[in-house]
Amino acid sequence: MLEGLSDLKNKIGSSSAEDVVASYLERIEKSDINAFTCIAEDAIDQARKVDSLDIEGPLAGVPIAIKDNISTKGLSTTCSSAILDGYVPPYDAHVIERLRKAGAVIIGKSNMDEFGMGTSTETSTYGPTLNPWDAERVAGGSSGGSAAAVAAGQVPVSLGSDTGGSVRCPAAFCGTVGLKPTYGAVSRYGLVSYANSLEQIGPLANRVEDVAALMDVIGTYDNRDSTCVKHNAGYTDALQDDVEGLKIGVPAEYFGEGIDDNVQKLVWEAIGKFEDMGAEYTKVSMPNTPYALAAYYIIAMSEASSNLARFDGTRYGNRSEGENWHMMASKTRQEKFGAEVKRRILLGTYALSAGYHDKYYLKALKVRTLVKQDFERAFEDVDVLMAPTMPTPAFKIGEKMDDPLSLYLSDVNTVPINLAGVPSISVPCGFSEGLPVGLQVIGNYFDEATILKAAHSFEKNTNHHTKLAPGVV
Amino acid sequence: MVYENPDGVMIGLEIHVQLNKLATKLFCGCSTDYHTSEPNTHVCPVCMGLPGCLPVLNKRAVEYAIRIGLALNCEIVEQTQFHRKNYYYPDLPKGFQTTQYDYPIVSDGRVVIEGEDGEHVVRIRRAHMEEDPGRLMHMGTIDRSRGTLIDYNRSGMALIEIVSEPDMRSPREARRFLDKLRNILEYLDVFDSTLEGSMRVDANISIAGGDRTEVKNISSHKGAERALLYEIMRQKNIKRRGEEVVMETRHFDEARGVTISMRTKEEEHDYRYFPEPDLVPMRVGSWVEGILETLPELPDARRSRFISDYGMVDTHAKALTSDIRVADFYEEVASKVDPAAAAVWVSDVLKGELNYRDLTVASFTVEDMVKIIELVVSGKVTEKAAVEIIRTILDEGGSPMDIVKEKGLLKVEGDVVDQAVEAVLKENPQALEDYFAGKEKSLNFLVGQVMKKTRGRADARSVREMMLEEIDKNYR
Repeated sequence: MLEGLSDLKNKIGSSSAEDVVASYLERIEKSDINAFTCIAEDAIDQARKVDSLDIEGPLAGVPIAIKDNISTKGLSTTCSSAILDGYVPPYDAHVIERLRKAGAVIIGKSNMDEFGMGTSTETSTYGPTLNPWDAERVAGGSSGGSAAAVAAGQVPVSLGSDTGGSVRCPAAFCGTVGLKPTYGAVSRYGLVSYANSLEQIGPLANRVEDVAALMDVIGTYDNRDSTCVKHNAGYTDALQDDVEGLKIGVPAEYFGEGIDDNVQKLVWEAIGKFEDMGAEYTKVSMPNTPYALAAYYIIAMSEASSNLARFDGTRYGNRSEGENWHMMASKTRQEKFGAEVKRRILLGTYALSAGYHDKYYLKALKVRTLVKQDFERAFEDVDVLMAPTMPTPAFKIGEKMDDPLSLYLSDVNTVPINLAGVPSISVPCGFSEGLPVGLQVIGNYFDEATILKAAHSFEKNTNHHTKLAPGVV
Repeated sequence: MVYENPDGVMIGLEIHVQLNKLATKLFCGCSTDYHTSEPNTHVCPVCMGLPGCLPVLNKRAVEYAIRIGLALNCEIVEQTQFHRKNYYYPDLPKGFQTTQYDYPIVSDGRVVIEGEDGEHVVRIRRAHMEEDPGRLMHMGTIDRSRGTLIDYNRSGMALIEIVSEPDMRSPREARRFLDKLRNILEYLDVFDSTLEGSMRVDANISIAGGDRTEVKNISSHKGAERALLYEIMRQKNIKRRGEEVVMETRHFDEARGVTISMRTKEEEHDYRYFPEPDLVPMRVGSWVEGILETLPELPDARRSRFISDYGMVDTHAKALTSDIRVADFYEEVASKVDPAAAAVWVSDVLKGELNYRDLTVASFTVEDMVKIIELVVSGKVTEKAAVEIIRTILDEGGSPMDIVKEKGLLKVEGDVVDQAVEAVLKENPQALEDYFAGKEKSLNFLVGQVMKKTRGRADARSVREMMLEEIDKNYR
């Protein structure tokens, strides 16, 4: 089993943060899974600082990978896009400030789908991240680098961001734990927006307790994000091995057409395990689920078309030459954005255009309200919902790249959660033909405590998370 | 008298007002005090639109907007709602402007102006909050520029855009509306009109029920009046030729005094408005009562109070209250000398001398004004000499007493004047004859000669009386 934060604490205590960080750097260097877009040149310096100043923060000396769409002062932040090649933010995101304060060592930036637009990390301008369990398969996305680095033992923990499943999908594909917090639980200040009404920064790790420990650090109120909500944290405190009487809802709509038989079987086995542990389950209906995917893509693309308008080559990043500003800006966007990004900008622009706005954008907002109501209704009767995170295990690299629609379909079980804004965690629940499968545990608003407790208990009573990807030691 | 509006002129105005009295910008903590600073020194990741930055609404700016709404007799919205207006321009760092769309902060108000035929109501449709873009600076002229520089100091400054109904019937009414609006805003202490770009006007105008044109980005009230006069002439000429006015946006060329077509309606942008996801609604309905309590006295109320408190005539009250600086100046002067005399001296004399020199009341001190009025009231100098003191202070500087001494302006009475009257009558027999022949004007001439001899230090009215006495006594 890979090292967790408590192991690291002991190790740093007996040797040094420098040694620990150096050993992780070595693993990254030897690897060819393409999990990173850049490595922090000052990683060792950061570790030495921890050693020399005897920093006592909860994450003192812990190396962490940061998804490349989270702003890091002095460290390149490209969103895996050519348009931001060379952009170095002059400021830290809220979560980075918090991590630095806690003593964490920002070891590098992890690969992702360009601007988070993808489910496989294949749209990255730096090429796909390979799945540690099978190098011919995708790591999932869009936080593929963050999940693969954790699964491959290149970092003990990482941060991703989840707009429509971007933390949970790669967590499921790579066999790690990944949490999408409640919308408003973690400040988005410094997270490069893709679809700002949907996304949250979320932690990935090999253990539920490490995800909780990261949430304790990053999940604090920040007045620079107006959508950030003051709430009771205490994520680690919630970790009890006790699901006695826990009411689980199983939404039939999440086990429909397109969900792989093996995946369904493993998820039902997991629910059975919860029953053994003293929980009870009922089937619930979430009738608006079938419309969620379409609504999600319309909203996400609409917001993206506006959020990505600032990348015009004028102020930062990369630009193309043109005889005037308009030519320069349009050539920059034409040449530096990848195909999927351009597709989403165009579709989003269309959905917001006069004459189509009501038919698409406004209708999607109405569907969003209905989806939200599905969750509110369900949580009147149950404590958590359980479902497969992804319809299938990791697919082959290149398999879906020519068919965007089938790629979008693989988000079917993750996007409703973002539309509603509720929290959800993906934990390993078994293997299908050697590939990890994720169980999704969905909670009520700001009730991360319950899903963390459920996931933690499951982990304590199973051994899926102890399996190592081939070649990882 | 009712104004007939012979050409069927309808004018509506959209006025951008920069809330430059705020300490910080609309969505970030950058200082608004950039007007004399180097370019791009009052910027931060938020107003530069750097990736990952989020807006935080300036609560004070919302208060200011509500204050303006209340002063314009508007309804106040229950909670704020911002939208994104999407378009590309290099001065717009995010590629969209954060503004308000279907829920403006205030709406449905009214302002009373001095119309063509007395009091005239101009309805306010709405006023909404938005952020100012940066500023482009062309190196050389716009068409032959070597390059363009962008200054983001202005980016993110809070603006309020006030939109009127098309209730103005002449360019003069439009100008009066603008003057009145500026005056109200200054009373509210929400903006400083002396700063560059603090008030920008777009004017919509149609005649005889035809399509309207919009003249964009007029920078002065005088400019607005001129642009509208030109548009009326242009539109009338089109109709005279039997053609129809095209709905379009036009640019006002201030130097040439003409408007030039920018784009027709078909080329209008689709701004793809949608609600700003990064800003949550702010409930403001409950603020209104508190803001109403702290609302300062507004121009119309002050004008009435001046009449009742100081017993002045309405023309004086209006002149004194049409600029808050003048009104404050007057009240300070009036607290130290006779308010009636102060009203005459400030509104009739000082204001005229300031206007003539294109100066504001800031160029004159209360102490000097008080001293000058005391000199006149106590009879130490004549009214004419007092005017000369004011002019001298404005043109050359100095204190009233020094000027009186230097120029020998102390009023002369008694023997000196007597002798001057006698001398003038002796020296001008022809004028005296003319007077006897019934030419009243000759008497004025004779009085003028006495004033000349006493270098203006005699009191003209008493000279006239003495002159008549002397004529009756010795020349009849």
